[in-house]
Amino acid sequence: MAKRTPAAKTSPKPAASAPAGDAERTLHLTLLRSMLLQRRFEERCAEAYAIGRIGGFCHLYIGQEAVSTGTLSHLRPDDYMITTYRDHGQALARGITPRAVMAELFGRIDGCAGGKGGSMHMFDKATGFLGGHGIVGGHLPIATGVGFAIKYRGGDQVICCFFGEAAVNNGAFHEALNMAALWKLPVLFIIENNRYGMGTSVERASAINDIYERAASYSMHRAMVDGQDVLAVRSAIEEAVGRARTDQSPTLLEMRTYRFMGHSMSDAASGTYRSKAELDEYLKRDPIALLRAHMEARGTLTEQVMQDMDTEIKAIVQDAWDFAEASPEPPLEALMEHVYVDTTSDTGNTAGAWS
Amino acid sequence: MAIITYRDALNQALREEMQRDARVFLMGEEVGVYQGAYKVSKGLLQEFGEMRVVDTPITELGFAGVGVGAAMVGLRPIIEFMTWNFALLAMDQVVNAAAKMLYMSGGQFNIPMVFRGPNGAALQLGAQHSQAWESWLAHIPGLKVVAPGTPYDAKGLLKAAIRDDNPVCVLEGEMLYNNKGEVPDGEYIVPLGVADLKRVGEHCTIVTWGKQVLVAMAAADQLAKDGITVDVVDLRSIRPLDERAIIDSVRKTNRCVVLEEGWYFAGVGAQITDLVQRECFDDLDSPVIRVTQADAPMPYAKGLEKAAKADMPKTIAAVRRALYLD
Ligand SMILES: Cc1ncc(C[n+]2csc(CCOP(=O)(O)OP(=O)(O)O)c2C)c(N)n1
Repeated sequence: MAKRTPAAKTSPKPAASAPAGDAERTLHLTLLRSMLLQRRFEERCAEAYAIGRIGGFCHLYIGQEAVSTGTLSHLRPDDYMITTYRDHGQALARGITPRAVMAELFGRIDGCAGGKGGSMHMFDKATGFLGGHGIVGGHLPIATGVGFAIKYRGGDQVICCFFGEAAVNNGAFHEALNMAALWKLPVLFIIENNRYGMGTSVERASAINDIYERAASYSMHRAMVDGQDVLAVRSAIEEAVGRARTDQSPTLLEMRTYRFMGHSMSDAASGTYRSKAELDEYLKRDPIALLRAHMEARGTLTEQVMQDMDTEIKAIVQDAWDFAEASPEPPLEALMEHVYVDTTSDTGNTAGAWS
Repeated sequence: MAIITYRDALNQALREEMQRDARVFLMGEEVGVYQGAYKVSKGLLQEFGEMRVVDTPITELGFAGVGVGAAMVGLRPIIEFMTWNFALLAMDQVVNAAAKMLYMSGGQFNIPMVFRGPNGAALQLGAQHSQAWESWLAHIPGLKVVAPGTPYDAKGLLKAAIRDDNPVCVLEGEMLYNNKGEVPDGEYIVPLGVADLKRVGEHCTIVTWGKQVLVAMAAADQLAKDGITVDVVDLRSIRPLDERAIIDSVRKTNRCVVLEEGWYFAGVGAQITDLVQRECFDDLDSPVIRVTQADAPMPYAKGLEKAAKADMPKTIAAVRRALYLD
């Protein structure tokens, strides 16, 4: 029987007195690097959008990097993940190359979906990245289905499903959570509560404000997590993944975070539905700055290391841009490709053989 | 050859395909313990267990999505809708997820799955339970749509649908489940996208599919008594459409009636009419005539319901009009 997990309101950081070991330093540098890559990448996306290299709807991830990094740094390569249209950061954090993500954004053939997906529809079979999805709540039942398949095959993988807090008001959310709890499936439902679904605040959309409590209806494990603190995210994920692998039960985690940019490229960062003062308040809890300060306090990061890392990452992102720009547009023949596959399963009994 | 019901033909297809491939599973409302709302899945829970014959809550959007997710990572789900009327709640998964995943992912994720259940009207079930959805489904690139009218086609098409690596919608008929017909004892497949000339005639072509095949055959029998013979082209698959079969028949008979269960406006018949006017323009001796349901929600009252449906007398009248007999 699932029981309530107390909300983790503070991050379980190592005691300040314990000296930092090499393992800690290496891990924290990895996390910092992952978040910084997403940040610098998204900054360049804003620039690319402004000059028309990227088209369509484009939703940046700036401010929420601790959620993707903290979560995905804990997954195994054979695990799965699925997410919304706000997917660039997660694609990078999962290990899709910056080149493939940028080329997808530019609508080029070397993109991770061959230029057919765009900003909202990143896909990568090799890393178990089951897509960015554009219909709010629509991918949650799909995540439950992946959990079902894992159980069907008797594996110990997990699927992480990211979505914004606005999706909890949608029927698909409830249908997906109910089945995942009913059938005990290894699904991590991760709410990225950035406080607004476009311009509508949680308080104006949800009858309860502690939305992780929605899981109570399904007797599902649940917790609220400081989504700006990558270490807090990691430890909440560690617990939930452990539970999913060992007894296949699902968890709902509410990551309290904030987006530092507008909802999409056509929305100002502040001014209509949220004030500049509010934004400034949240900017003080920049996930990258928080980890950086923590590492400096622990003596594991110097200004020089930080600068070198930043320089290197900027070069990686520039390389991604150059690569995307040089990548050809899909040929017109691609228009009618991938509507159907022309194969059938005529292989006979394949018991135990999972493609 | 055994004579079995349409229901048993579907049941055989499910059983054989589940025996053949461990990745195939059946999921839907009342498919297991209850043995199927229409008993199509009778005995399968006992044979395959509850991981492969899965009773769901009443959650069409949810379990359709579960099927899509399972298909993305290598399983081959068969999702049963108690009827297609209820699939409307799942349309986001059918259209936005199943049909588009391959394309959006640049060819990385095909969705080998089947959505199936009874489609269209039965008797006096009223407006919300009496709807034929093929024009909606066939409209969507990425979906395949089949509508078997006989036990033979039901078994062969369902087996082909389960083996296909694309999402396939199988439209069955509540009024068809008890119908009997010949089904071979051995293994066979009815390929998707291949029509069947169910009756050969000279004077007119009737293009139809699904349960309307029976209406067309009955109309053909009646017409024959007056010396009028017709081709009955049973499409079996609506998408992919066997255009060749339609064109060949109309070029031979020079007249065409399209008989469909659903509504007139933007129906599948409109698509076929488009094909015929384009490909058989010089062959036609009269305009294509469409027989459809009345352009209103389905009424309950017996007389009104009968008046609403595309039936045999209306089909006969349409053929006679095409021949300028009336
Ligand atoms: C079903 C549906 N309704 C409306 C939209 C339009 N829309 C796109 S994003 C969005 C807000 C979603 O907010 P949230 O889920 O909190 O995610 P966030 O954008 O904050 O990451 C809306 C209304 C949509 N994509 N899908």
